[in-house]
Amino acid sequence: MIRFLLRRLAISVLVALSVSIVAFALLRMSGDLAQELAGERATAEQVEAVRVANGLDRPLPVQYLDWAQRALRGDLGVSLFSGEPAASLIAARLPVTATLALTSMALALALAVPLGVIAATRPNSWIDRVSLMLAVFGQAIPNFWFGLILMLVFGVYLRWTPISGSDTLAHFVLPSVTLGLSAMPAIMRMTRSGMIDALDADYVRTARAKGLLMPAVLVRHALRNAVLPVVSITAVQLGALLGGSVVVESVFALNGIGQLAYQSIQRLDFPVVQAIVLMVSFIYIVLTFLSDIANARLDPRIRLA
Amino acid sequence: MTMPLLEVEGLRVTIDGPAGTLRAVDGVGFSVGRGETLCLVGESGCGKSLTALAAMRLLPRAARMTADRLAFDGLDLTSLPERALADLRGRRMAMIFQDPMTALNPVHTVGDQLVEVFDRHRLGSRAEGRDRAVRLLERTGVRPAAERMGQYPHQLSGGLRQRVMIAMALMGDPELLIADEPTTALDVTIQAQILRLLRELQREFALGLLLITHNLGIVARVADRVAVMYAGRVVETGTPSEVLGDPRHPYTRGLLSCLPGAGRGPRGSRLGAIPGVVPSLVGPVDGCLFRNRCGEAEADCATTAAEAPRTLAPGRIVRCLKAGVTA
Ligand SMILES: Nc1ncnc2c1ncn2[C@@H]1O[C@H](COP(=O)(O)OP(=O)(O)OP(=O)(O)O)[C@@H](O)[C@H]1O
Ligand SMILES: [Mg+2]
Repeated sequence: MIRFLLRRLAISVLVALSVSIVAFALLRMSGDLAQELAGERATAEQVEAVRVANGLDRPLPVQYLDWAQRALRGDLGVSLFSGEPAASLIAARLPVTATLALTSMALALALAVPLGVIAATRPNSWIDRVSLMLAVFGQAIPNFWFGLILMLVFGVYLRWTPISGSDTLAHFVLPSVTLGLSAMPAIMRMTRSGMIDALDADYVRTARAKGLLMPAVLVRHALRNAVLPVVSITAVQLGALLGGSVVVESVFALNGIGQLAYQSIQRLDFPVVQAIVLMVSFIYIVLTFLSDIANARLDPRIRLA
Repeated sequence: MTMPLLEVEGLRVTIDGPAGTLRAVDGVGFSVGRGETLCLVGESGCGKSLTALAAMRLLPRAARMTADRLAFDGLDLTSLPERALADLRGRRMAMIFQDPMTALNPVHTVGDQLVEVFDRHRLGSRAEGRDRAVRLLERTGVRPAAERMGQYPHQLSGGLRQRVMIAMALMGDPELLIADEPTTALDVTIQAQILRLLRELQREFALGLLLITHNLGIVARVADRVAVMYAGRVVETGTPSEVLGDPRHPYTRGLLSCLPGAGRGPRGSRLGAIPGVVPSLVGPVDGCLFRNRCGEAEADCATTAAEAPRTLAPGRIVRCLKAGVTA
């Protein structure tokens, strides 16, 4: 277990390192930073002065180490647009996006796992067909359209939920349903196919030969094996959700990471864009590491290998 | 007369496939008494496993089953609700399977998988369950038992896993044990050990044992009675000395004659190849199904009467027109 974790940790660190190098390189290739910092009307001398003042005249590896050190301390540069630190811009938006991501994922899991299990126990039954249809629906329907429909029906017509903003948890209901439905299909398919394999496995027949009742057979024996790939795909999906959704955040006027990324791109606010890219990458790295740990905990063949 | 533990009469299992309905088991009958060992022998694909699974009511979903009688200790297994069947399984009738590499759940410890049976059937406290599990592992040769309890299946060899399966089958102190080719997947030396263990346990626990096998050597050593299966039917039954010493069905004679070291020790005495192929069991079939491979076949063998069971003596049944004549 310890060796497995150390190996995974080493891989995570390597990936993080490469991501940071790429992020740094992209930032440098996006133009002459000294020119941009100094402003368009600056003279050549002024630009040079800015370059020296900001250390941009030093060799790239030195600049990278310097930049990486600052990034590690949470200094991700300042916005070219507002002059605010990129880190605080992100920190201000993250709670909204994180809340939305977690509620969406909770909803997706609550729907996908039971449906996948039931569908697998009765392949080609009506419930299997209905859940497959739901999955196709979830994948095919554009989020903006589904979000708008939900807003019209439940917000405008029935007035059950608020339609925009992020003041209360109730504000997150409709956006979570929208995003949850799009995150659900992959998880459901994975659960269903994993369960179909598991239910066909010899150890499930053994479990039944022991006299175990269906709930124990399904959960303790089949699902307990089928859940391994589900954990991995859930981590990937959660990473995507934590990167923010421009569409859903726009439709429901949520001030999250997605909106911030969109605005920053429009304003060519490179430091902020880079900071977001860096943050999203690190979220993926951390989630992958966590899902590896979860899989090792769940599967003794990994843990004791 | 005491009631047999397991009674099977007119058992039919069909499987619907793209080409039509496969009659995998077609009118099989036998019985297993308390403390008795019945060996079910036959070539690969003749329906042995499906017969065993039908007795446990654990047939795969694709299979459909009917039976004139299928009873455990007088309980009609065909009409018993699933919950009552589950109460029997693991408690009064247990089963072990051919492939020990896949029969145990990879994500649970050996101990948990054993104690689970005890818990499910409310046979006592957790501590008592662990005690019994340790004792049974010890008894079946999974040592050091206390340490093995905390291990996972992938940490054990195939032979040890089959011993774990046997210990698990005994957790509920069953009256009937169905063993479906329990040694086929193992090394020859280990096969003999496991077989010896099964025979000892059968006596110790007074088990009714339905032992399915390819191996005629096993039959001679452990069986009280034998049933020979061919193409989904039982073609001959009797005691081992009757069936092996005085086979009445040409198929049984074929099996015996193509043993590598005919009649000698158990080693390597798997069923050899009888020339010819089993006829397709998809769609309607008629007459004796062995006639296309039988050296003694006549025109009459194609009639329905040809495959009717003939009782030569109590428990001595042969499905061959000439069964009485060759005596
Ligand atoms: N789930 C299934 N789906 C389709 N056909 C099956 C299924 N299980 C068994 N069969 C078919 O039914 C027939 C009998 O199978 P069974 O497993 O009972 O044979 P067996 O005598 O146990 O053979 P072996 O010695 O190889 O284990 C075979 O022709 C097999 O192909
Ligand atoms: Mg078989």
